[in-house]
Amino acid sequence: MASRALYSVSVLQHFCMLSDKILHACNTCSVNLSLLPSFNIFFRGNIKHISCPVSSESGDSTECVAEEASLILDEMAHRLQLSTVRFFVFTLSKAFKRLFRSVCVNEEGIQRLQQAVQEHPVVLLPSHRSYMDFLMMSYLLYMYDLPLPVIAAGMDFMSMKFVGEMLRMSGAFFIRRSFGGDKLYWAVFSEYVKTMLRNGYAPIEFFLEGTRSRTCKSLTPKTGLLNIVMEPFFKGELFDVNLVPVSISYERILEESLYARELLGIPKPKESTSGLLKARRVLSEDYGSMYVYFGHPVSVRSLTEGKITRSQYNLLPRCIPQKPSADTHEFLNDAAFRLVRIQEENMVLKPWVLIATLLLQNPDGMDLSSLAEQTDWLRHLALAFGAYLDWPDHEACSEVISCSLALHRHLLSVSAGHVQLSVTDAPQVESTPEEAVFHQAVVVLSCASYRNQILHVFLRPALLAVAMQSANSNRKDDVYNCFNFLRNMFSNEFILCPGDSVQDFEEACYLLMKRGVLQVLEHEIVMSASGHSTLAFLSSVLDPFLQGYQVVSRYLCEETNENLTEKEFIPAVRNFALKLILAGRLKCYEALSSDLQKNALAAFLRLKAVRKVKVGDQVTLKVNKIAVNSLEDTLGKSDVTSHQNSWCSSMAMFEIAI
Amino acid sequence: MEENGSLFLSSSSSSAQQRLRIIAGHLQKRPEDENASVAAQECKAEAPRSEPSSATPVPRRRQEIMKWNGWGYSDSRFLFNKKGQAEFTGKRYRLSGLILPSLKDWFEGTFGANLQHRSPATPSLNLSAVAPPNLNQPFVEDLKAAGLTVSHDPEDRVFRAHGHCLHEVFALREGRIGRVPDTVVWPSCHSDVEKIVELACEHNVCLIPYGGGTSVSSALECPREESRSIVSLDTSQMSRILWIDEKNLTAHVEAGIIGQDLERQLNERGFCTGHEPDSMEFSSLGGWVATRASGMKKNIYGNIEDLVVHIKMVTPRGVIEKSCLGPRMSTGPDIHHFILGSEGTLGVVTEVTLKIRPIPEYQKYGSVVFPNFQQGVACLREVARQRCAPASIRLMDNEQFQFGEFCFFLILLSFFCFDPQHLCVATLLFEGDRGKVLQHEKQVYDIAAKFGGLAAGEDNGQRGYMLTFVIAYLRDLGMDYYVIGESFETSVPWDRVLDLCRNVKERIVRECKERGVQFPPLSTSRVTQTYDAGACVYFYFAFNYRGLSDPVHVYEQVEHAAREEILANGGSLSHHHGVGKLRKEWMKESVSGVGLGMLKSVKEYVDPQNIFGNRNLL
Repeated sequence: MASRALYSVSVLQHFCMLSDKILHACNTCSVNLSLLPSFNIFFRGNIKHISCPVSSESGDSTECVAEEASLILDEMAHRLQLSTVRFFVFTLSKAFKRLFRSVCVNEEGIQRLQQAVQEHPVVLLPSHRSYMDFLMMSYLLYMYDLPLPVIAAGMDFMSMKFVGEMLRMSGAFFIRRSFGGDKLYWAVFSEYVKTMLRNGYAPIEFFLEGTRSRTCKSLTPKTGLLNIVMEPFFKGELFDVNLVPVSISYERILEESLYARELLGIPKPKESTSGLLKARRVLSEDYGSMYVYFGHPVSVRSLTEGKITRSQYNLLPRCIPQKPSADTHEFLNDAAFRLVRIQEENMVLKPWVLIATLLLQNPDGMDLSSLAEQTDWLRHLALAFGAYLDWPDHEACSEVISCSLALHRHLLSVSAGHVQLSVTDAPQVESTPEEAVFHQAVVVLSCASYRNQILHVFLRPALLAVAMQSANSNRKDDVYNCFNFLRNMFSNEFILCPGDSVQDFEEACYLLMKRGVLQVLEHEIVMSASGHSTLAFLSSVLDPFLQGYQVVSRYLCEETNENLTEKEFIPAVRNFALKLILAGRLKCYEALSSDLQKNALAAFLRLKAVRKVKVGDQVTLKVNKIAVNSLEDTLGKSDVTSHQNSWCSSMAMFEIAI
Repeated sequence: MEENGSLFLSSSSSSAQQRLRIIAGHLQKRPEDENASVAAQECKAEAPRSEPSSATPVPRRRQEIMKWNGWGYSDSRFLFNKKGQAEFTGKRYRLSGLILPSLKDWFEGTFGANLQHRSPATPSLNLSAVAPPNLNQPFVEDLKAAGLTVSHDPEDRVFRAHGHCLHEVFALREGRIGRVPDTVVWPSCHSDVEKIVELACEHNVCLIPYGGGTSVSSALECPREESRSIVSLDTSQMSRILWIDEKNLTAHVEAGIIGQDLERQLNERGFCTGHEPDSMEFSSLGGWVATRASGMKKNIYGNIEDLVVHIKMVTPRGVIEKSCLGPRMSTGPDIHHFILGSEGTLGVVTEVTLKIRPIPEYQKYGSVVFPNFQQGVACLREVARQRCAPASIRLMDNEQFQFGEFCFFLILLSFFCFDPQHLCVATLLFEGDRGKVLQHEKQVYDIAAKFGGLAAGEDNGQRGYMLTFVIAYLRDLGMDYYVIGESFETSVPWDRVLDLCRNVKERIVRECKERGVQFPPLSTSRVTQTYDAGACVYFYFAFNYRGLSDPVHVYEQVEHAAREEILANGGSLSHHHGVGKLRKEWMKESVSGVGLGMLKSVKEYVDPQNIFGNRNLL
């Protein structure tokens, strides 16, 4: 913990220093910025290079393609301007001051970044939980006199009048959310990023996860942009590239209930300026502290050592875009997962995360005293598993808990020493049972987004705990097989590096052994006498997911018609889950989350229990009911210990599917 | 020595002399044979030489004039005198006898070396360290019966057991002697070689051809695993020009001749080959063929593969040669290309017919200073694009410029407003008739001007080329003061030149740091040749090894890493040094498994007993 000490810098203090800082920053930044307008012009000169291969493929004239490329560039390019940046910094420092009690940054991380920027081009890889993320990044870099990043932002921002342009002038460049087939777009875009990187104009910033995580769980990383920023190294154009994972966490997330509603199918409002203005209400609330942790720079050169044969790029002119080869692709995927894991590990967790975890496991509420006791127990467990917990050292546990409860009071009801998750700001008059369920679900999903922040700490031991419950014996290979099955099942849900199942298993064994929960013998894994409560806790951490996946598979088996389209899937499952809840057959509100439902579907698709078939312009889902059924049985084994043989049959199914 | 003088001909004053010599050459030859000026000779070792003036080959006992544990002539070396000033001894070079006051500062400043800290070499060869020869007695007797000169003298054998890789010279300086050849034999003509190879096959001994001994690829190292008697076949006594054909402009030459002798003797007749590798003082014609050598002036004369018209090689299967002297043939894959670059694994090259040219009327050096290396490379690329490269054009990077500066570049560059930390310099050599040279020169300087280049005078150019010949002597000086270094080369497409130079240099610096080298290394590059599609790039790399327990091992690891970096950046395994044993591990990667298989099958057919067992290349 000591090595990762955070320096809490109050926003107020920042603000006081601002006028000095601006003057200072002006001097340092302007040198850097003055290059940028010329960069765009310079880059335009390169368009011909890009257009040639594309035009020879499509048969269009080179001029025509160049023209089109130029338009793409207009749409995409940033126009970093110091005046706009200053305006933003001014406004943001006011906003941040109102929103957050403090913004904590690890200053030794900043120093490392300063060093890294001197050495090689830098790519900043922040986690993405909120719109605040990239604003805060630019703000901090500005404050610390670091070169301002150019940021790959989703196109949806651009449609915001005025603000889009403002963002553009503060260093954002815009990319379309999907451009799978558009070769020219891809070529212009990748060349644009690479040229910025090669020339070292500014650090590039993008989000590995591709979009904001609505659940606060890290999302499966995308590799497209990672490939683009690594390619200049692969092709020898740069000696090295430094990747700096940045973990941004919030004590309370601005978009909290917004996300929950979105997950429940209330559509996300389109980004608009008026929407932003309405969001001013947000400014009057207390969002606690915000944490930004700059990780150790990861050198692409050392990352690729022994994994990438750079000479494979020798035989094509380097300006021709190349699809990553199979082994490059595998490497990129692996690297992306590792980077996201670094983000996870450096994520600062607040006590509330522990409390939320416990409250979710006790839907009927808890007494404050037992909550305090269990939170303290959980705190030690989390620390033993390596959680990066920001627990106030000199305060009593009860004090810490009451502070946390106060900050998140809108999710709770506290009466007579009893705490319960409940709807507080909803109308008291119950309208319909469905609406009541949704109101409760919003609270549960909001709360779950805090629990999700600590999932990466418990994930591997929890998978082992569940595997031990469902395995037929204590034999190590049996347990491992179950572990592996669960790991496969949930690999769309959590960050589990592909191919790491043995390491993950061993890590889980090691952690639980260290805690005295298990004894791992040569061929057997035995639970210790004192280990029961820990194992019970760990398996109930995964319980919502097990139940959620079962709901999805039950739906696929029971309800589906022959021509279920992909589009209909989410609403249909949601209805199915809603009915189960209303009928009292399901207690797990998280099954309503569209994120979970999507992930479950992706897992079934991956395990080939469901197939996508394209009919006309619609994609329908074809369900292999036997396979889905057997997967469901296997999942069911972990909470209900029936169906003795289903495990084996489903393992067999699974193997066939693989 | 006169031959070195001729290398540095620059002034118009000497061109008149040259013309005189050309004319004299014509007059001399004409009465002899009207038909084709052919002077065919019977091969007899004891036969009197027809041209006594030029018939002094390298002595059999090379150690009498050359260093046994360092580069070049025994009388020529750098040293720091009692006043701490560097000087170059001897009388052979233009630099000889000169005091170089700023070398000390550069040397101490660059490497953190100190004249108090010396690491002197073992003064003389400890004969007891040389293992007694493992003789194949019947073979030796047959050799003697055939009238061949044979030696088992330890000094002779040690001299032929190494090239000039750092680890080889370093071991010699420390007095460590590994496996050395058991016998040295000196054939004096083609048929002698045939005899030796025949006997070697009969008695199953291992033959290692030895030309000039300037290899930098561990090619001459005796393989440890070789249990047979190893015979070093020294071609130095086969050094005659057998005939010159003025009508076709070709010369037929024995392959043992060394570069400077070949050039001098041809010059006397008014001709030249124009093949001037940096090692030409010592390297042999046969060695050039066997390694695919490249000469400084290849832009006019071509590399060795462009120069040869005919090659005769003795292999265990017999003699391989073409049946005519046609300038080009379409007769399947060119068999010359099995020989060129075979590195002594297939046989001994005995005679070569080479293209020759009349001595150029006029030669002019030049130099251009660029504000930075990028601009310099861009200029060279443009020169190549316009196909107007002078006989030689080389571009040194800034570190190398600073190195050269210690004794050569005395001009005040601050005058040009160039940053001395970035500027770099190109050296040029023009050849041809006077009018064309001047025109050509203008064209090149005009291009240079477009890239911010400023002409920096003839002298600087000439000095730059002179540096090439003494740089190997400088390495010996470094080794006296805990500094070791080496050069290596590659070829690379134009668009990758800058990236490759930067990455390799940085990799070297980083690897040195990681391996505990206490002082920042010297890591420099230069572009030494231009081609249509790319360039040849040289790296010089040296560091102070004080505090390292096994400096050579560190050196080798760094060079290995640098080579990996070169290959990863689109550079070739070698432009002209060859593969030898040093770079063998990358052959498959470089030429593909099938390619390597093809080469192996040729070896298998030509030399099934592995008589030519130096184990290079494959």
